[in-house]
Amino acid sequence: MRSYSWRTFALEFVMLAVTVAFAFPLYVLVNLSLRDPRDTASAASLTTSPTGRNYADAWQQAGLGGAIANSALVTIASVVVIVLVSSLAAYPLARVTSAWSRAVFLLVMLGLLLPFQLALLPLYQTIRDLHLLGTPWALVLFYSGLQVPFATFLYVGFLRALPREYEEAALIDGATQFQAFRSIVFPLLRPITGTVVILNAVLVWNDFLTPLLYLSGSTQQTIPVAIFGFLGQYVSQWELVFAGLVIGSLPILFVYFAMQRHIIKGFAGGLKG
Amino acid sequence: MSAHTSTRPPVQASAADPPSPAPRRPRRNQLWFFLVPAVALYTFVVLVPSGRGALLAFTDWDGLSPDRAWIGFDNFTAILDDADARAAVGQTLLVAVAITIVQNAVGLLLALGVNARIKSRNVLRVFLFAPAVMTPVVVGALWKNLLAPDGAVNWALDGIGLSSLKQDWLGDPDVAIWSVVGVVVWQFAGYSMVIFLAGLQGIPQDVYEAAEVDGAGPVRRFRHVIFPLLAPATTINLMLSIIGGLKLFDQVWVMTGGGPGHSSETLSTLIYKDAFQFGEFAYSIALAVILTIFVAIISSGQYWLLRRQEESSR
Repeated sequence: MRSYSWRTFALEFVMLAVTVAFAFPLYVLVNLSLRDPRDTASAASLTTSPTGRNYADAWQQAGLGGAIANSALVTIASVVVIVLVSSLAAYPLARVTSAWSRAVFLLVMLGLLLPFQLALLPLYQTIRDLHLLGTPWALVLFYSGLQVPFATFLYVGFLRALPREYEEAALIDGATQFQAFRSIVFPLLRPITGTVVILNAVLVWNDFLTPLLYLSGSTQQTIPVAIFGFLGQYVSQWELVFAGLVIGSLPILFVYFAMQRHIIKGFAGGLKG
Repeated sequence: MSAHTSTRPPVQASAADPPSPAPRRPRRNQLWFFLVPAVALYTFVVLVPSGRGALLAFTDWDGLSPDRAWIGFDNFTAILDDADARAAVGQTLLVAVAITIVQNAVGLLLALGVNARIKSRNVLRVFLFAPAVMTPVVVGALWKNLLAPDGAVNWALDGIGLSSLKQDWLGDPDVAIWSVVGVVVWQFAGYSMVIFLAGLQGIPQDVYEAAEVDGAGPVRRFRHVIFPLLAPATTINLMLSIIGGLKLFDQVWVMTGGGPGHSSETLSTLIYKDAFQFGEFAYSIALAVILTIFVAIISSGQYWLLRRQEESSR
């Protein structure tokens, strides 16, 4: 059945209908965010005279500018640290076959079994004692440690399949091991680094529970926390809330649609293990 | 050490690869230094607090005062005696299983659909996956509106003549948690789809063709040829969704806050409430230990399964 038969056509029609139904909530989201609050038509019927006022109001009242800046800071800083420390750690874990290397690898993999809820509360106390509560750095610290096991796991898997000849040539030429890693190995890790960046950026950007705890009572917020507070405050003014939701989603959706091919591949590739 | 101090020429060694690490070993031993930042962060953020958590679950710590007493299994027996906690534990397991089954069934059907020879498949993929990257809090807030008594879901049911199915989706204690399950499935079905799709694309074309030549119909081809080859993707999908389901917090917290009453409470909402609203830190950590046990059992089971599949496919 290589040709485009009537069956394929029927399937195409069904899949289009399914996708339209799937995307319907997103249509309502944008539709309602553009509506004048006095317009009482159903949320699903197309807004006849769209207004941008909700966006201006939401931007001012929800403090979304500061939240986006914080989320961006936390996401970028965490992802940079995760990539650097995990790729570095994966190198000896993948290349050295001695007993200590295997023991450390198993210890790190233990982290894949521990849900972060267990560490969250005892760590809350430590972070409070360090006077980091309410600062974005508490989050950067948390994610950087939390994601070491998964990122290291991905890097080790990739490195084991990577030939050693290149780094060995560099070592023969007199490079130190760190130089060989930095200028030979790390660039070769690029495909898996892409996956690590994508998976962790989405996770950090979207996380809600950690900033809810570690930033509570401060003026610092990330997008999920700001949206949650905004929802609680204006719960009856849905047009306003929806404008806030759109603003809060735009950064990640923009990145997603710009890089969808890489992002979908990153999700699928990383999880094949 | 600098590279100049090592004078042994490793040329012969690398020519004799694979693994003959003996001549390299003096050099590679310096590599442990590379582990320090990652291990330090991981120990500080995950290992030590998790270990402390496991111990604190056996104390009466209130989260603030420095003194605490060892009380053995009292927190755990208190959980067993607490009807709300028991219900939340049972509900969490049920919800995790429901999400796993429905999300993967939908994800698999979508994957088969967009893996076919339809023209719009690339565009559809992008839209079907889009909810999976959205912030769960945003998705929860959106659906809180859609599922309201006068929201778009009830409006749509009216529109297609199914008014009898209209509900107070988040306000009815019997329905609320299942509405949340539906929202989670909506958000992450595309995620399962993408992993199944990667599995489907790894199946060589001649396998399909051979099955077709043998005269197998689409259903039998799927059951006996395609589905067995999707085993690794299925295992990963099942594990991801069941662990995600066990940890479910954001969507519940935004849409119902665990209510009405305690009807949509999960382990994670209970952990949060007990610790930060009621100051029952040790009790809350005991709940987190229970969650850890569930997650650990499933993760190790999954690891074992994947290992077995890899060995049998070699």
